[in-house]
Amino acid sequence: MSTTAEQATGLGAQELARVRADFPILTRQVNGKDLVYLDWGATSQKPECVIDAEQDFYLTTNAAVHRGAHALAEEATAAFEDARAVVARLVGVDDDEIVWTSNATAAINLVAYGISNATAGRGGAEAARFALAPGDELVVTELEHHANLVPWQELAARTGAVLRFIPATDEGRLDLSVLDEVVTDRARVVAVTHASNVTGAVTDLAPIVARAHAVGAIVVLDACQSVPNMPVDLHALDVDFAAFSGHKMLGPTGIGVLYGRRELLAALPPVTTGGSMVEIVTMETTTYAAPPQKFEAGTQMVAQTVGLRAAAQFLDDLGMAGVAEQERVLTQQLLDGLAAIPHVRVLGPLTATDRLGVVAFEVAGVHPHDVGQVLDADGIAVRVGHHCAQPIHRRLGVASSTRASVGIATTPQDIETFLHALAGVRAYFGVED
Amino acid sequence: MSHLEQLYQQVILDHARERHGEGLIEVDGAAMAGESFQVNPTCGDEVTLRLRLAPSPDGGAPVLEDLGWEGVGCSISRASLSILTDLVVGKDVREVDGLAEDFRALMGNRGVSLGDEREDRLEDGAALVGVAKFPARIKCALLGWMALRDATAKALVIGPS
Repeated sequence: MSTTAEQATGLGAQELARVRADFPILTRQVNGKDLVYLDWGATSQKPECVIDAEQDFYLTTNAAVHRGAHALAEEATAAFEDARAVVARLVGVDDDEIVWTSNATAAINLVAYGISNATAGRGGAEAARFALAPGDELVVTELEHHANLVPWQELAARTGAVLRFIPATDEGRLDLSVLDEVVTDRARVVAVTHASNVTGAVTDLAPIVARAHAVGAIVVLDACQSVPNMPVDLHALDVDFAAFSGHKMLGPTGIGVLYGRRELLAALPPVTTGGSMVEIVTMETTTYAAPPQKFEAGTQMVAQTVGLRAAAQFLDDLGMAGVAEQERVLTQQLLDGLAAIPHVRVLGPLTATDRLGVVAFEVAGVHPHDVGQVLDADGIAVRVGHHCAQPIHRRLGVASSTRASVGIATTPQDIETFLHALAGVRAYFGVED
Repeated sequence: MSHLEQLYQQVILDHARERHGEGLIEVDGAAMAGESFQVNPTCGDEVTLRLRLAPSPDGGAPVLEDLGWEGVGCSISRASLSILTDLVVGKDVREVDGLAEDFRALMGNRGVSLGDEREDRLEDGAALVGVAKFPARIKCALLGWMALRDATAKALVIGPS
């Protein structure tokens, strides 16, 4: 999906200043310097409305949801379900196709373990569509975050399925020239990222989804980087499951989202069992509630869903097409600036087309930890390490990298400050030109 | 001293550039040799350290005759390995244990000096005192020392053949 096809314009300096003022943390200083926060890809900062929503819930509405007949319980339940509706609308799906999880990793694991349970014969005849036989294939990609790789390795190990992967190109995109070879008629799951958290590459999903469905595989999408930064319509993308996290999209920690196509959520066996997810319980056996409640056992993270509702509304009010265009311009500024600094190599596409503003790079002769430390001394927050994606680092010939990632409140001045500080890093460590 | 200079003292930057002990030593046929591979899972840094012990000439604790290391790491982890090499080669394993204990104490001391006597023993290692103010970097400084402890233990277990 092209982020520029929307003909959107960015926010404009005035609106950006207004948006930025909504983030109290961005006014603080770090090491005596104004904070320059360029780690949005790891976790976003929170606008005041999100913090207020969560606080207001505890101050005025707090109660257990989906039980009790008192006023607070009804209001809390309404808030909990309204949050589901707002999040569903942001990503173009129906309310009952949204399952709350503790984070995106838990959402992906829910699908993998649900398939496991189906393979073990749980879930009755309708779950048989998920059951794996030895020799069935699970397809991942070389770009995946560990969260969309390790659960599939584990599922393969438990079931005898075979793990295969779509390789990455030198540019840090998926090599779709081998798509038909990798996704064979033995494929049952294709787990793929919507946008890499290392190279920023936005996946060309249409051919992958078409191929997967042609061979009878389901598509599980990691949408953690895309949902906060670009318009995402999961129905239009025609994926079967998708996972994203609250904290990366201006919401609180402790809340993640699993989207599942309605009939698939109905057929997938539950994973975590216990209270709140049942219909009839006897001493011998139990029948389960309809989705999404079937997957929401135990006391839910109600305050976090209320905070996430505020975050999703905040993004929807800004308009995701405008957000994407705003960040595209910043990303190009960042890429151009990095290209102008000698001995800096960007890991990923060098233009902001079909690319998000999560930009990993290496500085020749200086370890990422040291790069990040020198930037921190100037109040600049970036990520260092392998960003939970060791395979793509290995593929691109590095053990780790430094990563700057832009967000909705990033300014052109933030980028300039970062580039200026980065340009001095090699000299600090006495690395010869 | 600025915040950053507390971490990157000149002697550390020098050791990170001109590294002592880099490159694995040959231990073919050595009676007491040990090797350890350590990783820092947060950043993917790796070190392999290989060493050779020799029986003490006077019947005391075995002496760390030679060591070498290789790996990928940040300036702190590489400087720490370089300093460690200078400190421990030629000492007996009891003295090495004492130095390791001093160094771990330094890393646990939140940037406060351990006093002249212990810091003198650590020689250039004392310059890493500021690392303890940066909790995320303490692991970097300790990576080599963990490899040293592990490799020494292996060499002692195998013992003279």
